[in-house]
Amino acid sequence: MSQPPVSPSPTFVLDGEDIPFTPGQTLMQAAKAAGKYIPHLCWHPDFVAHGSCKLCTVKIDGGRYGAACTLQAAPGLQVENRTEDLDDKRRTLLQMLFVEGNHFCPSCEKSGNCVLQATAYELGMLTPHFDHFYPDRPVDASHPDTLLDFNRCIQCELCVRASRDVDGKNVFALAGRGIGSHLIVNSPSGQLADSNFSAADRAASVCPVGVILPKRVGFAVPIGERIYDPAPISAVEDEQP
Amino acid sequence: MNAPKLKVATTSLAGCFGCHMSFLDIDERILDLVELVEFDRSPLTDIKHCGPCDIGLIEGGLCNAENVHVLREFRHNCRILVAVGACAVNGGLPAQRNHLQLSEILEEVYHTSPGLAAGSRIPNDPELPLPLNKVHPIHEVVKIDYFLPGCPPSGDAIWKFLTDLIAGRTPALGHGLLHYD
Repeated sequence: MSQPPVSPSPTFVLDGEDIPFTPGQTLMQAAKAAGKYIPHLCWHPDFVAHGSCKLCTVKIDGGRYGAACTLQAAPGLQVENRTEDLDDKRRTLLQMLFVEGNHFCPSCEKSGNCVLQATAYELGMLTPHFDHFYPDRPVDASHPDTLLDFNRCIQCELCVRASRDVDGKNVFALAGRGIGSHLIVNSPSGQLADSNFSAADRAASVCPVGVILPKRVGFAVPIGERIYDPAPISAVEDEQP
Repeated sequence: MNAPKLKVATTSLAGCFGCHMSFLDIDERILDLVELVEFDRSPLTDIKHCGPCDIGLIEGGLCNAENVHVLREFRHNCRILVAVGACAVNGGLPAQRNHLQLSEILEEVYHTSPGLAAGSRIPNDPELPLPLNKVHPIHEVVKIDYFLPGCPPSGDAIWKFLTDLIAGRTPALGHGLLHYD
């Protein structure tokens, strides 16, 4: 009796290369497993996809655009990722994020470990292009172990998801609508010290930018020896905090 | 016969001269550079006004009326204008005052903060350029042709940028040379 033929895993095409996937995987998950980099900010392998930053927008079958972190992989899909057109659009999204907050890299403890900064380097962003908002966003230094610097928030909701889904605490949330939306802390005073947040929480280490920072360890790792210093983010395998 | 040298002008507006110092970090390569360019207005030559130039390098953003005046002089005279460093590109450190009221800053610094001499007040000499309400990156006021970020951009980044530009290539910094810090 002959063996039934082993069916190879289905594949889709990413920038001309066959990418295998298991049914149920998103384009992002399959690409990541195959070692392919699709630019992203709000996606993290440990958390349910959020689909909000749109950095991972890809072009499907030469027609429509979709978020790679939420689109399910399907056999034979033709997916464009690192094309000039898409990287141009991604750069514009980054520029809007940079002017909307106060991203002053020279004084930021996250510099060199920052996903926003590293992604902007990857995409060759040389100028913020748009007019800066320079918003007034006071920091929250109330907690003994953790600093919140809202100036750098990109509203990826990774801290919201980590606190809700892993820590079971719901310390963080986004409040407001549209341009008025902003990160808030779930405590009677709105201060982090009055919440049940702990520096051991998953939410304490998930921030891709420099909002949630541990106190008393500033610049323990020197500039020049940080995650994205030796290689660009597209070549760093475990590129998320 | 040697090709005519390109004319280069440089200035520091609301900056700290760190980008100019970093420019000098190209070290002995400056000898190669002066074979290709000659300097017009620049802190390096002490020439006070800019004539027609091929390349203008602007360090610093705009924090007062004189900065705007100088920037316009450069834009008027320079074929290619380059924003050099974080302050020129996005306002940088001086722009960290932008979420505060200018009047409150001046009042506190010159009038109400402890340790000031008796009778201290906000300077009001007509020779002093008036501060702008907000600090602006230079691309918000004139057209900028190229951006070279960094605080400061390293000597190697400045060298790569200038040699690309002078050779007629689109300047490309790449990993390790492109930095915002």
